[in-house]
Amino acid sequence: MNKKSNIILLVIIFLSKPGFSQIGQNFITSNNQSFSNCLVIFFSILPLVIFIGSLYFNFLKLIGQKNQAQVSTARLDFKEYLKNLSKVQIEKYYKIKKIKCDGKCNGSCVKLKSVAVVLFLFFLNSYGFAQTGTSTKVVMSQPGIVITIVLLMIPVLLGVVYALILVNNSIKHYLNSKKIVDAEKLATFITTNEDSDLEIEIAKRKKSLDFELTNVELSGSEAPVDAKGLLHNVSDKHEVHFTALKKKAAQRPSIDADVSMLILWYLGCAAFWLVVGTGIGEYVGMKFVAPDLDHISWLSFGRIRPVHTNIVFWGWASLGMIGLGYYVVPMVSNAKIYNIKWGWIALVLTNLMVILGSICLMSGMSNGGGEFREYIWPVMALFAVALILTLANFLLTVANRTTKEIYISNWYIISAIIFTIIVALVAYLPFWQDGVSETIVQGYFMHSGVGMWFTLYTLGLLYYFIPQQINKPIYAYSLGILAFWTQILFYTLIGTHHFIFAPLPWWLQTVAIVGSVGMIIPVVAATINFTMTFKGQWNKISHSYTLPFFLVAVMYYLIVSLQGTAEAFKFTNLIWHFTDFTIAHAHLGFYGIITFAIWGGVYTIVPRLTGKEPPQHLVGAHFWLAFIGLLFYTIPLSIGATLRGLMWAEGKPFIDSVVLMFDFWLWRAIGGSIMFISHILFFYNFFKMTVKEVEEIDIKEEAFKILENQVQTNQ
Amino acid sequence: MNVFNDHKKLYPIAGALFLTLTILVVIVPAFQNQKNNAPFPSSKPLTKEQKAGKLVYISEGCVGCHSQQVRNVEMDRVFGSRPGMPSDYANIGRTSIWQNTATLMGTERTGPDLTDVGNRQTSRDWNLMHLYNPRSVVSQSIMPSYKWLFEIKENPGYNDVVVNIPSQFMNGQSGKVVASKEALHLFAYLQSLKQIPLPEGTRPFEFLYKKSVSGKTEGTKNAVSLDGKVLFTANCQSCHQENGEGVKGAFPALKGSPIVNGDNLELYVDIIMNGYDARAEFGVMANVGTNMEFTENEVTAIINYERSSWGNNGRKVTAEEIKKIMDFVKIKSTAK
Repeated sequence: MNKKSNIILLVIIFLSKPGFSQIGQNFITSNNQSFSNCLVIFFSILPLVIFIGSLYFNFLKLIGQKNQAQVSTARLDFKEYLKNLSKVQIEKYYKIKKIKCDGKCNGSCVKLKSVAVVLFLFFLNSYGFAQTGTSTKVVMSQPGIVITIVLLMIPVLLGVVYALILVNNSIKHYLNSKKIVDAEKLATFITTNEDSDLEIEIAKRKKSLDFELTNVELSGSEAPVDAKGLLHNVSDKHEVHFTALKKKAAQRPSIDADVSMLILWYLGCAAFWLVVGTGIGEYVGMKFVAPDLDHISWLSFGRIRPVHTNIVFWGWASLGMIGLGYYVVPMVSNAKIYNIKWGWIALVLTNLMVILGSICLMSGMSNGGGEFREYIWPVMALFAVALILTLANFLLTVANRTTKEIYISNWYIISAIIFTIIVALVAYLPFWQDGVSETIVQGYFMHSGVGMWFTLYTLGLLYYFIPQQINKPIYAYSLGILAFWTQILFYTLIGTHHFIFAPLPWWLQTVAIVGSVGMIIPVVAATINFTMTFKGQWNKISHSYTLPFFLVAVMYYLIVSLQGTAEAFKFTNLIWHFTDFTIAHAHLGFYGIITFAIWGGVYTIVPRLTGKEPPQHLVGAHFWLAFIGLLFYTIPLSIGATLRGLMWAEGKPFIDSVVLMFDFWLWRAIGGSIMFISHILFFYNFFKMTVKEVEEIDIKEEAFKILENQVQTNQ
Repeated sequence: MNVFNDHKKLYPIAGALFLTLTILVVIVPAFQNQKNNAPFPSSKPLTKEQKAGKLVYISEGCVGCHSQQVRNVEMDRVFGSRPGMPSDYANIGRTSIWQNTATLMGTERTGPDLTDVGNRQTSRDWNLMHLYNPRSVVSQSIMPSYKWLFEIKENPGYNDVVVNIPSQFMNGQSGKVVASKEALHLFAYLQSLKQIPLPEGTRPFEFLYKKSVSGKTEGTKNAVSLDGKVLFTANCQSCHQENGEGVKGAFPALKGSPIVNGDNLELYVDIIMNGYDARAEFGVMANVGTNMEFTENEVTAIINYERSSWGNNGRKVTAEEIKKIMDFVKIKSTAK
């Protein structure tokens, strides 16, 4: 019966095969060689191929096993079976030897039902094929139709898989019926067997199977004792963690409370300005989507756009970097910070500069020149004084160092401050600013602002944080030095690449392009240095809540800097200059590199200063929202900007290029919102790390307090 | 090395290297430029009004979206007839004792370049409407509205400049919109933004990266290859609107216009080239064609587009007949 049913099944399948292939041919003849049609054909034939293929293999297996079964019956060695019995089987063996019974086994019945199901599915299948076949001729090139068909094919495919399982089961039943015959023979052999050698063999086997470990062979029976007091906070409760469990911050030598307070205030102000600055940025981004959001002069687009950029530049990143510098510079010099008071003055001045500058810009008092130079000079002078104080403080700290060498971080950090003072003076002194000269200075200012202040300083921080967090020295000190000098050499030259094709001296534009290519050297050198430091320690990233931030910063440093090089070329300027591509690039760089590095730094040192850790799942949420938000922000904007540049090159009307950007501006606003949410999380995390809460009572501590009090009162 | 372990040597060396490079790429070229590039003899310094307007332009941060530089690349030709030169900016000095120089070249073109906007868009009505609410004249614009540069008066005085704002942009307010002094100053500044023609015999820089098949490139220009719709969008649409219906009280409709559909080609071409101010109920039209240096092929393409759109059904014209009329109109206007 079994055999018959299987054969019928196979016959049906083979009969239906030509029908299927015909449908397939219909497909091919009616398709117009478009990709979508190929896709549909592929998905339609796939279940067929799978079905036939697996049936063929099953068939082969069946034949093979049948042959094998015949051969093995001939050579059936019951003794071998008996020597390999399991523990339970041996026990049963002994039982049976005592009480003889005659077991009857039921044969399996024919799975008519399964065959029916298979057939039904088959017809269903072919019905589906026919449907798609006729529709091919009409609307096959429509993506919606293609997607629908592909989706419809999923249940069909599942049906095929189910049918195969049923067929497979039928085959197994058939094979089992053979085996049952053998089993009956074995049973009779067992009951009739009187061979004493075999009995001994079985007894031996039973003994070895009975062997069990006591589980205390290695540890002994004594309870563990921490004789040297090495273990703390051992938790014997096991909980389920929904997020990855990260390592706690390592205990570090405690920092002077005054310095600690100064650093926390720097970072706290920075975090505050981040939320304010990006909140304004978010609002600016929304104005692209809804230009009539408000009609208040102080909140108009032209005025608050520079407010946003300057707050994140000076308020967030600069304060954040200097704050981290107050930790790193003395730490790597192994000396005390020279003068804490200067630090406080610089902090107040910088905050004052941001507040006054924002008010000036919103009230309409602006330089009007270019990016990041909108603050008028009396406002910017405050920052210059702050920088000079910071420089003196750091420099004198390094002068008091107790190490022989000046660690590379201090090369970068202190040079960054020196260069920035020069940059600010060149940008604001009036002697060389008339006519196009203002633009020459502007190119230099905005690029050196990025390259000499933010990038150089952040690299200095990374040279401390990355090796420290990985607990491994930096890969190559000399690569750091190479990057340092080449960064100065090339980065200084490239400001004019913001004004390619502008009426600036052509030699200056050429120097800028060449310098931009030269930037490959410091960028690749630094990236190699950091990634080789990471090498072999990648597993630490998943256990740390700070290292992911640094890793992102390093990766973006490579990607964005090389992107900058590519953007400096003449052809790319043709398409991308004046478009939002620049905005996307600026955010990738400033956010991806600088901001992520500062976050990493904050999460590293604040727990050391306060002894409190941020909620780890919120750090994770902050990281991912910021990371994903940035991608949402930059990728659509870059795509839209490229299309816009191409449109301009084709000479299309300008307003059409505005309309083109609408969707991309919407995506930018969405990405910006995600980023902004992450900043609020960051602010909350910072709050959790710093602000004193009602402490949870430690029962042991409290008990001793009570006892001590009792002792005191008794005395 | 000893130098690297001595802060008294390391930082001065790094600083000196940076300073030297800075002098080479910034200070020297900046001084060179100030010495070598003088303003054009025909350029005039800004008047008091225009200067005040520039201050408004700076305060409002217009440079954030509008550049003022025509690069020497073909795609910038729509913003000026020749690439910019250092002399174009040479008479721009320090804005005030508090504010630095502002050439306002800009780095972003969210909105169009304004180097030559004084030639391109001369209509005061259009400019003021556009400042009050850009969407009242360019429906897709995302430029901010500068309502605070205007006042609403029930009874405007004789000297007040009244702007006709369509009612849907008034937010239900009654009264007349009157341009403030700042708005008029800003308009005056925008009108001062004109590329100065080079002195006779001077050849401007060439525009680079010309398209091989281009409607704009000299020589290949002919009426067939030009897209009248593109020309209309770029030059006419901001006033006459995409639907050809204009703006009531400011810009007349072209849809169903007797001039567009009629046979008086001479008047039609004259308006396109030299502007129009014959109807009191509408604003003055500037000499768009002359400003944009339209060729007969471009004028033909625009006329044919206007005559075949929005239900208009005028006779198609050829470049040859337009050429004749344009020559005649040119003589007439110079004779005036």
